[in-house]
Amino acid sequence: MPKLKVPAPPIPEPLKPRPRRPGAPKQKPLDAAADAGAHVVDWVDERTSLSGGLRWMMFRKVPKGTNWFYTLGSATMFAFLSQAVTGVFLAMYYRPDAAGGAYESVRHINDDVFLGEFVHGMHKWGSSVMVILVFLHMARTFFFGAYKYPRELNWVIGVALLILTMAMSFTGYLLPFDQRSYWATIVGVNINGTGPLVGPYLSDFLRGGAEFGATTLSRFYAIHMMLIPGAIGALIGAHLYLVAKLGTTAPPWLKAETAEELREERA
Amino acid sequence: MPKKQAKSNYTADRGIPGAFEGETVTRRRFMVGSAHATGAIATSAFLLPALGFALGPIFEEHEQRWQAVGGVDDFPNDSYVPKTITIADNIGQTGKSTVYIRKRNPQIDTEPLPKGFEDEQFVAISTRCMHLGCPVKFVSAAERFICPCHGGVYNFRGEVDGGPPVRPLDRFYTRVRNGQLEVGPRFSVNSELDRFSPRDPGEPLDGVGQYLYPSRPSIRKLDSPED
Repeated sequence: MPKLKVPAPPIPEPLKPRPRRPGAPKQKPLDAAADAGAHVVDWVDERTSLSGGLRWMMFRKVPKGTNWFYTLGSATMFAFLSQAVTGVFLAMYYRPDAAGGAYESVRHINDDVFLGEFVHGMHKWGSSVMVILVFLHMARTFFFGAYKYPRELNWVIGVALLILTMAMSFTGYLLPFDQRSYWATIVGVNINGTGPLVGPYLSDFLRGGAEFGATTLSRFYAIHMMLIPGAIGALIGAHLYLVAKLGTTAPPWLKAETAEELREERA
Repeated sequence: MPKKQAKSNYTADRGIPGAFEGETVTRRRFMVGSAHATGAIATSAFLLPALGFALGPIFEEHEQRWQAVGGVDDFPNDSYVPKTITIADNIGQTGKSTVYIRKRNPQIDTEPLPKGFEDEQFVAISTRCMHLGCPVKFVSAAERFICPCHGGVYNFRGEVDGGPPVRPLDRFYTRVRNGQLEVGPRFSVNSELDRFSPRDPGEPLDGVGQYLYPSRPSIRKLDSPED
């Protein structure tokens, strides 16, 4: 028998499973399948104790007044996941070759590959969606005062994620390697160069030398598809852990209710 | 108040569990320390080379080459002739750039030439806009260089006439070999047309600019005309 006991989801009364009527067959095939599934889950759980963590993560208490604005964080995360998945598949056809191969491979993706234009479009427009969602999520956190004690560290991680998202946009912009990409990157690298003292070295680092050369594109590609996504994934993990650990805040327009016993005392 | 007794260096004297006679560090502490040190050595063994690999190009010096762009008589002294040179190898068109070249004209080019370069006869101006690096175009009707991106305007000598650029257009060294004009390394100029090691666009060279934006090892000014 499965030992796993998940809290009952809030199902409306008429939809709840009825108890077995006397005389009905003991176990229908569906029950057997459910049992087998539970058995597998149980097997994993006995060896990993994952269910405790899952329950901790998923069955949290949320404050009264939680509303649609609280979905912006997960919306951002799904935008990132969509970028990650489409990006991985674009990498199957993309070639970071500054001599013309990069542009040609993007043309090939858009014109020849089945659903190529769609997946590329998802990635291209999805990047804007992600940036917009990041800012909306940040605005929600700011206006609801959700950055205050004890959630300051989560705000700091969020700012790091914002900066990494910007770095993703900057490095990704070069990859199609058309005129717009090339000149936008020249301008962007030179903006980095205007930082006093470190600027000139920073732009040399980004280009991999004093001039935009053969390795600049592969540098941007490696940063765009390996370095930053790894960092973003790790930081999202930390961000979510803190959300689950500290809980979410009630919206600022809700007044704190006094505890039941205190109210009676006053009466 | 009695003077505090100095603690013994020996673990046995201090009554630490697992202490042996004559030891100043317990074996547990020593093992923990060696495990951490081994981990640190192993990590730096791959991390430091990887970092050096990524940061290397900042410190790498590159040979500056000379490229022939045409006969000495192809260039007038009252207008520019655009020529294409290669500034980065192996990337085809992407590595090419336009240079505007004319003969030196004593009526226009009144700035003194630096020591060692007195017999320079040509002016080779880079098309890299000194605002943020877009390509400028010489408009002969206006006798000005105009940048399409953010409206930078330079006069006939490449000095800033208007818009956001922070210094005059970069130039290239020139020399004549076998009747052919050759274009060499890039150099940057401040508003007095004094020569500096090449700087990236957006980095002013007047006043403290040359110190705020130091020259980089990856690209340097020519030291003598024979280099």
